[in-house]
Order: sequence, then C-alpha cells, then structure tokens
Amino acid sequence: MSGASHRISGAGRFSQAKTARFSFDGQSYAGIEGDTLASALLANGVHLVGRSFKYHRPRGILSAGAEEPNALVEIRRDAARKTPNVRATVQELYDGLEAQSQNRWPSLSFDVGAVNDIASPMFSAGFYYKTFMWPKAAWKSLYEPKIRAAAGLGVSPDQPDPDHYSSRYAHCDVLVLGGGAAGIAAALAAAETGVRVILADEQAEFGGSLRFESGAKIDGQDGFAWAQAAVAKLTAMDNVRVLPRTTAFGYYAQNFVGLVERVSDHLKAPGHDLARERLWQVRAKRVVLASGAIERHMVFADNDRPGIMLAGAARTYLNHYGVAVGRNVGVYTANDSAYAAAIDLKKAGVNVAAIVDLRDNPTGPVIDEARALGIEVNFGRAVIRAGGKLRVSSMTVQPKNGGGERTIPVDAILMSAGWTPSVHLFSQSRGKVAFNDETKRFVPGTYAQDCVSVGACNGTDGLSATVDEAYAAGAKAARDAGAKTAKGTKPKVDASESWSRGMLGAAPGAGPDTTVKAFVDFQNDVTAKDIRQAVHEGMRSIEHVKRFTTNGMATDQGKTSNMHGLAIAAEMLGKPIPEVGLTTFRAPYTPVTFGAIVSHARGPLFDPTRKTAIHPWAEAQGAVFEDVGQWKRAWYFPKAGEDMHAAVDRECVAVRKTAGLFDASTLGKIEVVGPDAAKFMELLYTNPWEKLEPGRCRYGIMLREDGFIYDDGVVGRLAPDRFHVTTTTGGAPRVMNHMEDYLQTEFPHLNVWLTSITEQWAVIAVQGPKSRDIIAPLVEGIDMSDEALPHMSVREGKICGVPTRLFRMSFTGERGFEVNVPADYGQAVWEALWAEGQKHGAAAYGTEAMHVLRAEKGYIIVGQDTDGTVTPNDAGLDWAVGKKKTDFVGIRGMARPDLVAKGRKQLVGLKTKDPKVVLEEGAQIVEDPKQAIPMKMIGHVTSSYWSENCGRSIALALVAGGRDRIGETLYVPMPNGVIEVEVTGMVFFDETGGRLNG
Amino acid sequence: MLLIRCPYCEEERPELEFRNAGEAHIARSANMAGESDDDFEKFFFIRSNPKGIIYERWRHMHGCARFFNAVRDTVTDRFVMTYKAGEPKPSKLPGVGK
Repeated sequence: MSGASHRISGAGRFSQAKTARFSFDGQSYAGIEGDTLASALLANGVHLVGRSFKYHRPRGILSAGAEEPNALVEIRRDAARKTPNVRATVQELYDGLEAQSQNRWPSLSFDVGAVNDIASPMFSAGFYYKTFMWPKAAWKSLYEPKIRAAAGLGVSPDQPDPDHYSSRYAHCDVLVLGGGAAGIAAALAAAETGVRVILADEQAEFGGSLRFESGAKIDGQDGFAWAQAAVAKLTAMDNVRVLPRTTAFGYYAQNFVGLVERVSDHLKAPGHDLARERLWQVRAKRVVLASGAIERHMVFADNDRPGIMLAGAARTYLNHYGVAVGRNVGVYTANDSAYAAAIDLKKAGVNVAAIVDLRDNPTGPVIDEARALGIEVNFGRAVIRAGGKLRVSSMTVQPKNGGGERTIPVDAILMSAGWTPSVHLFSQSRGKVAFNDETKRFVPGTYAQDCVSVGACNGTDGLSATVDEAYAAGAKAARDAGAKTAKGTKPKVDASESWSRGMLGAAPGAGPDTTVKAFVDFQNDVTAKDIRQAVHEGMRSIEHVKRFTTNGMATDQGKTSNMHGLAIAAEMLGKPIPEVGLTTFRAPYTPVTFGAIVSHARGPLFDPTRKTAIHPWAEAQGAVFEDVGQWKRAWYFPKAGEDMHAAVDRECVAVRKTAGLFDASTLGKIEVVGPDAAKFMELLYTNPWEKLEPGRCRYGIMLREDGFIYDDGVVGRLAPDRFHVTTTTGGAPRVMNHMEDYLQTEFPHLNVWLTSITEQWAVIAVQGPKSRDIIAPLVEGIDMSDEALPHMSVREGKICGVPTRLFRMSFTGERGFEVNVPADYGQAVWEALWAEGQKHGAAAYGTEAMHVLRAEKGYIIVGQDTDGTVTPNDAGLDWAVGKKKTDFVGIRGMARPDLVAKGRKQLVGLKTKDPKVVLEEGAQIVEDPKQAIPMKMIGHVTSSYWSENCGRSIALALVAGGRDRIGETLYVPMPNGVIEVEVTGMVFFDETGGRLNG
Repeated sequence: MLLIRCPYCEEERPELEFRNAGEAHIARSANMAGESDDDFEKFFFIRSNPKGIIYERWRHMHGCARFFNAVRDTVTDRFVMTYKAGEPKPSKLPGVGK
C-alpha cells in the first residue's frame, strides 16, 4: 500500500492492492490499483483539479461518480490518444496514467482567466445575447471567433483516433440497468427463472451505494460483500450476461437500449487486440430500471471551493477507497445521510469540526450516534459562506433566520441537500414523471414502455423496501417475458440505513437579497442569482430559464443542479414546482465517444465501394478513378507525361478515328420478364413498346407521376416476354424501387417479374469506325452485318466462347456495340477485345471522354442536364413520347398548365464566340450583361467541355425559351468578365448521324 | 429503433430493414390522362399529415422487398397494425378507442 498522505490504514477495500504511479499536471503521485483518478488524487491531499468554465474559479472533486461536474481532466496515453473532459471520478487508475488539468493558463494554481471571476458582474446570465449585438459586422470577425476560442473546457485531439471500437447487438428477456442492491436483487429474481438476463452497471464494481453504506447487511454479510457474491453467482449462470463499466446512455423505442462498455480505458497497456469501447444495442422484452439516486449539494456562497463535496462521495472515498478527504471536516446538511458520513469519518479518526443542519429539530438514531461520538451538532443554522480560494479553509455559520456569525476552520465541507431519483432513462423512455409533494421528488409516473423502476430511482427509501420491491419486479419482469418457474430465495436485509428528505433551492444566506456566488450548476458556472435574473428578465418557462442561464446544459446534464434550479425558478415565479415543470432528459446520459457510435464504419469501411469486373485491368493500366455513387469508375487513362486534358483529347480522337473500349458495367440493368412485360413497359416508360420487335432496341424515358424525367436508358427486347432494361449508373436502385412500387401496388394484375442484373453482366462498350472489326473475330453465332444487326438491335450468342447479349448501340455517335458478358468473364473478354483493338489502334477511354463524346452528339445525361424539373419536351425528347398512348406514369403530370406553358427552360447548345473559352458548368446565363445587379438569369450551363474533335469548346444549357433563341447571342457573366455565347442546336458533331453506320 | 411487423414475412423486424413509402390508400386513377387539374392536385400533392393515426405504405426493403400498409400513431410512433398491399383500410384498429 502506498504511503499517500490521506490514505487511512485499515479502511477501504483495496488494502492489499499494488501501487500504481500516475502523474497530474506533470507531478508524480502514487495511488493503488482499484483507485479512480479522483480517489488517488484525494489520497494525496489534492483537491484542486480544474478551473471552471466561465469564471475560471478553482474547482475540486464534488462527487464520486458519473454526475461529476468539476473534475474534468485530459488523459494522455500518447500523441494521438488524448481524451479531454474525462471525469476523474470515473477514470480508473492504471500504472503510468498521465492526466492534465484543463481550462487554465499558465497553471492551475495561477490562471490568468480568473480575471473573469473579478469581472463577473459583466458575465451574468444572458451576457452573450445582450452584449455582442452591435456593431453587427463585428459578430463574424471579432466576437464569434473570440468567444469560440474562449469556450469549451478540454482541447480536442488533433490526430486520427488510433483505437478501434466494436459494436454488438443483443436480445434478452430482462435487461437490468444499474447494479446496486436493487439491480442485483431484480437480476437474481429474473435469472433464477431461467430467462435471458443482462445486468449492466457503469462502475467497475457492482454494489452502487453499498460501496459506502457501512450500515447495510444482507443475508448475514456486509452489503458490499453480498453484492460481490451475488454478482459472482449471476456471472456463473449461462442465461445471464453481466456487464460492468457499462453505461446505459439511451433508451429508445420499444425497449431498445444503447449501452457503451468501456473495455480498455482502465488498462495500463491495452494492446490493439482489445477494442477501446463496445457499443451494445440491446432489445429487451422487459427493462428494469435500477439507476439509483444522485445526491444534491447545498447552494450557499462560494460552495464551489475545492474541498467542498457531496457527503456521500466523501463516504465512498473513505469506505471504498480508504481515503479521508480532509483531516478537519465540516458538514452542512438538510438531510440525515450526511450524518452517516460524519460518523464514518469520525470513527476512522478524522476530526469532524461541526455538523450544521438547516433543519430545526431533527431526531433519529444517526443524530444520536453523532452526538454520542462527541460531534458538535448545530440545528437551524446555515453555512452562509466558505473561506479559502484554492482549498476551502473555513465555513461561516449563522442561525438561519439571522444573527451572529461564527467562522469554523475546516479543510473540507461535506454537504447534502438530499437525493434526487435518477429518472433520466425512465424519462428517455417517454415515461412521464410525477411530483411527490410530500417528499419533493419527481418519481416515475406514467410508463410508456415495458419497463419498471425499482429502488432509489423509483423514490423507494430504505434498503429493505428496495430489495423487496426489486426482487418482486425482477420476478414479474421474467414472468411477463415468458418465464414459467421461479425457485430462488429473496435476499434478506438484516440491517439497513434510512434517510429522510432534504431541501431544494438556495439555502439561507444565498437568497434573493444577496449578490453572492452560490453555485447551482458547477459545470456551466450558473449561480442562484443567475436563475433569479432569468425570471426577473421575463423567462417564465423552465425551458427558457434553462437556455437563458444554461443551467443543466453542460455535459453533466444537470445531474446535481436541475432540481435546485427548478426550485429557485419556482420560488421566484411564485408557483409550485410541478407547475413550472421539469426539463426533458435526453440521451446520452453521460457523454459517448464518436468512436463507440461510429465503430468500424470509418475509412474504407465507411461506405461500400463497388468495383467492376474490369477494375483490376484499369488499375494496372494506371487509370485515374472517379466516384460515381458507390462505384469506382475509370475516369481517364493517362499515358506517360499526359495530363488529364491531353489524355481525354487523345481518347476522344481515337474513338472517332479508329475505336475505343469503355467499361460500361456500372450501368443499371433490370430484366423485365413475363407475359405482361410489354404492357408493364408501356406503363412505366413514355415510349411505345408493344410493337418493338424482339431483337430490337429503343431509347426509353421514365417519368415520375409529376411528368418530370426520372431516368433514361436503352432497352432491348430479347423475346416477346423479356426486356433487358438499362438505367443510369446512379439511378439503378431507385428505378428498381419505382418499378417494384408500381408493379406491386398499382398494377398488381400484370404478370411480370423484375430482376436486378446490374452485377451479373459486365458491359464492354466498343465504339468507333473499327468497332465491328474488333468484335467480329471473337463472336460466334451472330451475323454482324449491318443488314442482320442494324443500329439499335440486340442478339444473343457467344463471344470468346462465353454467352453474350450483344447490343448494337451508340452513346458516342459512332458505329458502336455494347458487349454484355457474365461478370465473371468480364475481364477475360475485355482483355481479348483489347488485344484485338490493339491491332486497329483502339484506345481505352474513361468516363470523361465518354461525357465529351456524348455531348458532341447532344445526348443528355439524366441528373446532369436534367434536374428533376425537366420534361421530355424541355429536353427536346418529345419524339420519345408515345403520342397514341392513353396511360403511362407521368402522362397527366406532364400536361399540367405550368409544364406546357411557353417560356419554359429548354435544353440547347451553346458555342462561345471565342472557341477556346470553355464555360463553367453551373454558370448562369443572362440576356443583357449591362443590366443592373441582381441580373435576371434566364438559364444555366449544364454540360461544358473542350471538344478536340470539334476543335472548339461545346456546351449544353437549359435556357428559357431556348429553342426559339437559336442563333441569338446571350451572355455568361463570370468574375473575370462576360463571356459571349451563341445559342445553337444540341448536336455539335455529325449532325446527320451518318457515322452510326460509318 | 422501431420494430415493424411485415405482414408477408409474419415477423417483427427492426426498422433498419424497412423504407417508408408515403401515405397509403391514395388510388391512382384508372383514367389518369382524363383527370382534372384539381383531381390531379389532390392525388399527387395533397397529403393528410395527421397528428395521431396515419395510414402509410412501407417496403420491407432488406427482407422480402414487398410493399405493405401500416397504421402508425404519429404521436407515439407506435405501429398499431400492418396489412398487405391491396387489402382495404381497416375499419377497426386493435387497442385504439372509438
């Protein structure tokens, strides 16, 4: 055991534990294994651990648990592993732990920012809203950057998180949240019936308040020892999963609960095999909430001095960790539980200077015992002030109705205003809390889900009543979840502690007539005065008071402060507490790391990456890829010394001169099969299909019901009852969904099957005058002559010995083919075609050249040249709408008044007057460049490229009344000057289309 | 995360497997081309957006891929019942008064 100054020999549960060295702000200390950072610091007499958020006041350790608002530190493992805002009361000590205090400069004991404390009258509630209003321009340039720099406590890590996190789903019959006496009793009762039970607790050790309740005895054992034995029994059962260090942070719909398990933050050298944290997403048939209660502090002047802490926390440090939080402690209370702390400390040899009790004449065994131990007890008195700065040095006591002051020297003050039931998870489950007027507590009222609260979180007082209630609730939860038998025995409580009440709001000496700093919310530096001021300035709703003062809005979510804040606001408003109402508790209960939520979904696993069968070949050729949805597509294939421009120009010229090969595998493909396939196609596309002969293809347009273009693609009819439909790359999933929707719900009478075949077929486009020469030698069973296989036709046969659906079609305007082969053969067939192509000087081309070539021909790309507000007519595609058809999706929408009105934006071509100037896609178009700003914009550029084949730039644009403007000059104003353009038709190359058969 | 019962799979499955597909029981006219502007507006644009019980379409996207109808309470988010596409709007709802 270490020789730390405040470790009490014989006290605590880790007397045999090994020493663990650690450092805080560079100074080295000794703690013991089993300590938290907080208990180890206290063992060394260190109370000052941080500076407050707004006033930079020195702060110490308030609590011994998750509710801690003050003791937030940075834990460093290495350069990348720096975790800010870790609660020292939760962080378990390991040998070599390095911690740093936060929000201070240059040092914790001398902090320049503390000037804010002296200037604090300036920083009252609502300060930011009122002060930084004027001048307006200064907000962006001056105020916001300064405020942002000053805000926040810790510093974010600046390197990627090197740790890994894991994630699990789990199902159980009974999920017990909280592992104190109540949770353990409920888990035992449920587990004994044989149903699947999960028991989780946020602490490293189970037991909850049994960690400090020295007066508890269950089944003949000390309460904490009973808890360990009971949990060991549960752990050994096959139907039980016991999760220590696991916080239930969110309670979602239908008993879906999020828990985060801290797997390795307590280990000296976790290694990379262990995840840092594990996210559990649990679906439970029944949930038992056993989340306990949180002690409240007393609201009095300078109640934030280091050394002032919750009485229950001081008791935990003594009874669990063997640490005395001071040598001469004062107690300030409105509740019995602080007496127990004083008694335990006194028995351990610590001097208790005085107990100051706000109540007038409380009676009870603990009070008698305190007196019997010779502790001075003062009733009806208040602590009106604490002395000291970096550590409390005294408490000043006054009768609560006024009178003479007396200052008592102390080195710690233990305080208790009573206990607040932890209804956070219950409230998150959408349950409604009810206010118990007698005990002045919000307790679970109306339940919204299949859960039950037991013990302190349900407002149940006393260990015996808690265990009875919890055991019965655990057994009932198991029965409700389907359990048949129960054969256990209820734990028997032999001795228990019982506490009464407490008080809410500001104590005497911190009332409305004072200007003292009596803190309500330590983490956000909110005082009783701030809350009164909020009411004074007109805030009536507790939600407004909360936002105006930020009370309860820090990362501790007001675990210690909410009830005090509410009571002070209610007093000011002259309304009873339930009428003012409690603010809503939201997830997470305590902060959750992004790592735990993101888990493995980062880097390459963030989103699936789709690669075509031909991808490895393109990669080997040095292709540059672009992302198209989840697909990686070859963008261009640069040769040595080529930039993108040179590569794309070369690829475009090669296609028109000889031939090019293009990987079109990402195109969406859907097979529409069945006796009613043609009828279905008639309804889903604008075009007529019934008369399309098998073996022929047609360019199809799909609309939404509103009449706007949704997708397009070439469709081949393989047989009377079989269509091979292609879609845009990005549109494939939604087109499939759209088709299924209509087939299942609007046209279920049609006998049709839809199958996605995108991944099944690799597609190799071979385009250019030499395309047939390249393909023909490898094809079997298909007559490749123009007569037998004209433009827009499809045949099934073989290529390189494997099945193919060979389309004669063109997205370049050249003679062209698209070779579909089963994806497994994609790369082999590509390589064979590539070898043939080499004989003719063919090039591989990427998506950029594909875009240029199609734009040269005025072929649109849905989603680039259309934006969801473009009709077939707008796009110049009226020819593809079946005029005699009586129904198809979009037929009525297309006829809406606005969609047939004059002056709609239409797709046209644009040629810059200077052929070398390439327009920017998205650039706006105006009629008169000299008009005043804001100019009237009549359209925008949708596609724009340098066309090496045309020897000039080309562009497509949506322009109001565009087709009537052909020949007109319009203007594109840009930052560097106005660009003059001529409106043209959409075809820039081979207007007659002769090259399709060239 | 909600649990939704697929009436085709006859199983409760997590919300992740499903996609909402908008309000249910809005019939597409058999004579679409002949609809008046007003009728088309009602059919295509107007939705009830109730506070309380809503009838809506869902698809068991990552399951059987079928579209079906569901009755959900928009206040509690609770699914009251689900039923197959094409079945009539239920006149009585389980566990709902009136």
